[in-house]
Amino acid sequence: MHQPKLKTKDLRKTYGPVVALTGANIDLEEGEFVTLLGPSGSGKTTMLMMIAGLVQPDSGEVWIDGRLATYAPPHKRDIGMVFQNYALFPHLTVAENIAFPLRMRGMGEIEIRREVARVLELVQLPDVAHRLPRALSGGQQQRIALARCIVYRPSIVLMDEPLGALDKKLRDQMKLEIKRLHTELGISVLYVTHDQEEAMIMSNRVCLMNDSRIEQIGSPTDLYFSPRSVFAADFIGESNLLDAEVAGLDGRDVTLFGSAGGVLKAKIRDGFSVQVGEAVKLMVRPEMLSVLQAGAKADNVLEARLLDVILVGGVTKTYARLADGKLVAATGLTQGPLDAVEKDASIRLGWAKESGVVLPRDGSAA
Amino acid sequence: MITTRGAEAKAAGVARTERYGRPGAAWMRLWPMVPIFAFLLAAFVYPVAQLLWLSLFGKTGTFTVEHYQRLFTAPVYFTVLRNTFEIAGWTTLLCLLGGYPIAYLLATTTDRARNSLILWVLLPFWTSFLVRTFAWIVLLGRRGAINSFLESAGLIEAPLALLFNMTGVMVGMVHALMPLAVLTMLSVMETIDRNLMPAASTLGARRGQAFWRIYFPLSLPGVAAAGLLVFITALGFFITPALLGSPRQTMITQVVIQQVEEMLNYPFAGAIAMLLLAMALFVFYLYDRALGMTTLAGGGTQSQGGTGEQGPVASAFSAIGGMLTAILGRATDCMAILWEALAAGKTDRPPRVSCRAVLRLGVTLLLVFLAAPSFFIVPVSFTTDAFIEWPPKWASLQWYVAILEHPTWITAITRSLIVGFLTAALAMCLGAPAAFFLARTSFLGKTAAMGFILTPLILPRIIIAVALFYFYARLGLIGSPLGLILGHTVLALPYVVITVMAVLKNYDQRIDQAAASLGASPPRVLWHVTVPLIRSGLIAAFLFAFVTSFDELTIALFVSAGAATTLPKQMWDDAILKVSPTLAAVSTLLLVFVTIVILAAEFFQRRAAHRA
Repeated sequence: MHQPKLKTKDLRKTYGPVVALTGANIDLEEGEFVTLLGPSGSGKTTMLMMIAGLVQPDSGEVWIDGRLATYAPPHKRDIGMVFQNYALFPHLTVAENIAFPLRMRGMGEIEIRREVARVLELVQLPDVAHRLPRALSGGQQQRIALARCIVYRPSIVLMDEPLGALDKKLRDQMKLEIKRLHTELGISVLYVTHDQEEAMIMSNRVCLMNDSRIEQIGSPTDLYFSPRSVFAADFIGESNLLDAEVAGLDGRDVTLFGSAGGVLKAKIRDGFSVQVGEAVKLMVRPEMLSVLQAGAKADNVLEARLLDVILVGGVTKTYARLADGKLVAATGLTQGPLDAVEKDASIRLGWAKESGVVLPRDGSAA
Repeated sequence: MITTRGAEAKAAGVARTERYGRPGAAWMRLWPMVPIFAFLLAAFVYPVAQLLWLSLFGKTGTFTVEHYQRLFTAPVYFTVLRNTFEIAGWTTLLCLLGGYPIAYLLATTTDRARNSLILWVLLPFWTSFLVRTFAWIVLLGRRGAINSFLESAGLIEAPLALLFNMTGVMVGMVHALMPLAVLTMLSVMETIDRNLMPAASTLGARRGQAFWRIYFPLSLPGVAAAGLLVFITALGFFITPALLGSPRQTMITQVVIQQVEEMLNYPFAGAIAMLLLAMALFVFYLYDRALGMTTLAGGGTQSQGGTGEQGPVASAFSAIGGMLTAILGRATDCMAILWEALAAGKTDRPPRVSCRAVLRLGVTLLLVFLAAPSFFIVPVSFTTDAFIEWPPKWASLQWYVAILEHPTWITAITRSLIVGFLTAALAMCLGAPAAFFLARTSFLGKTAAMGFILTPLILPRIIIAVALFYFYARLGLIGSPLGLILGHTVLALPYVVITVMAVLKNYDQRIDQAAASLGASPPRVLWHVTVPLIRSGLIAAFLFAFVTSFDELTIALFVSAGAATTLPKQMWDDAILKVSPTLAAVSTLLLVFVTIVILAAEFFQRRAAHRA
């Protein structure tokens, strides 16, 4: 029978009247990298702590490697965890830190020495074994924390914002490093972050969390191109969210009355249904929106007043205001030096009907 | 005319360039440290040095070691010395054993829980020593609360001898010093990363292993610092052994008092005080060699960075320590495994009893031991009996009336209030600028300067008291409130500096910089921005200084010389004669008053912490 490495069922945790997490179902396949992504207070760390056994859930179940582990103590769960500030033991040398989990498992000294050398090699720090953690740089400490966590080959590796304390450059480097270790070792990773870029780069799947529950689970591509809620659309990447009302339905094709005027065409995804007359949001990514030259055609066209054009580098952003007062952005590849911007000029914005995503207006996932 | 003015302006311009073009002289910036150092040199260092001199040269001015010889040859003094070390040693051990779980719980609980729990530790810390000692008389006496409870419960037939022996002294001293041990250990434990224990458990360690291998070694500097402070403070105790012990528990400070008050043998008293000082310094020296002084200030683990190289002694110690913690870890694990086998842990429901619950129960009992006894004083003060007895015979206000009718009590109370107020004011004037300077500037010898200011807190008070006694005798300050104020200020300064520095640590200095950039001069920044923001902290420091003075007995005992009697001195004099319900009534008043002051100080300090 197929067995996921990790499975949670309806996990729920409250602190007094505050609900920290509710109805959390997630599974992690062997060798998969899943990220819990969300703003602070969305319940992602609570969820990780409950999987680690450091916080006890009010209700629900945690299954690790096919065994029920909801209330098992952390040391019996066969998990590894990398903490945000690394939690290296300051009084033990790097080698002793890495040896700690092996000692706890009663491994012999000779084997321990060999294993420590092996993982130090793996994280590319073979020469720091006899230093104390505080003598290492932030990036090095991070690698040692990883080494300590993978040395005993746990079923699952949990990571709680492990890159939060590093500067931007080091973070970019470590992202690739973690990804490399993941593919090389084939470990299953559950990763927590509030940084969408981190999530998009490293994950097989992203579990987007908001307001103490799971908003949407899917591949980075899924989340970007088919968000299921206004929150998901807004949190990941940039988005233009237009107000609209359903005018007509034909299978998966819908026509909408935009509140900025015009009749707009779009497709709705499987499993989502709308009714004629229902108020919805139409999400269009800025890079899908283009400024139309005179005479050019598109599935959907809206009139707008030009506000500003900004050269960001590789891309150029055009900001404009729709008839209903909505601010929209269109991003295109930079074609050449900018012309002088003619403020308030009338422009036409267009997009293909496949690039629009119809979302429920209330903001919650359907 | 015009040319001259131009030249003047140019000259002024040159002067200004000169003034702003160079940095100010380094010593000029040290001015906030000048008053406090001058004061401590005059009122603390000089008298103590003089005492040392006197103990070596006697009244005639010729060098002699006769006083020291007598100290070591007369068997009486040897016994007293042994007593002193024995009592201080046991006190230290028990304080550490009892204080560790409290500090551990405080360090690992939520911030909110800690704030309310720590009050229960602080309350006895600030309750008058005398009040607490009287409370133990009420509890431990032949007809005290404990004996009468055990008798009525049928557990014992004859009352247990709990008072006027070693048991009484131990209970009193451990009770008096455990808060100090808790607070010192807590300051180190708070620097231990809270994620380390969870990290150890995810790495496969049971609680026992995680505690002994990770937490305990990291908390050791705190344990050592607490042991040091408790031991040194215990060396100088005299109230507890005098009131709760028998002559067989006589401690060295009592001999000093006896020599001064009864024998009038000042050089000999000086020699004893110096011996005490030497012992204290020796213990400090040992501590410094083993661990370094920085841990005393709550600096946490030693920060010599690098490769983890150690000297041969230290590495031998850490090897033995490593083995010991490993063994302890295994032992606790075996117990845990046995427990798990008996009460087979289920993974589908939460465990019924957690280690944490057991710890909480233990700590609750310890906190009751710390906080509850003082309150036994209250009912006794309303007794109709002429003796302190449990349960008291209700109910009369006669003892309160007795206080009000007796002018000595009223003048003592008034004097204590005045001396306390002026002490606090003086300590603030001297201490606050120094605290600002220490908190905001880093300079060579900062640790040493800090250590110097804290010395009066760490040295046995009797040394300062005897030294001031000589010093004042020459100046004619014996029996004057001024002498008391100066002496108390020496003791109150460390508290003021620590409290103000603690508040400033949380203060965002960019606020001051913003004010300065908006055009405020330094004095106006201080007055309009800084002081209003840390006002609560300053009030707290003032109140701590006040209580230090209000509750002080040692210096008052020597300096007041029967003339300028303070409230604690009056209580002591009374207690030496007879422990009567009057003392219970005074203690109750004192308890209420000091509790109010401390709660107010706590309140202000917390408000300051919120604002900064």
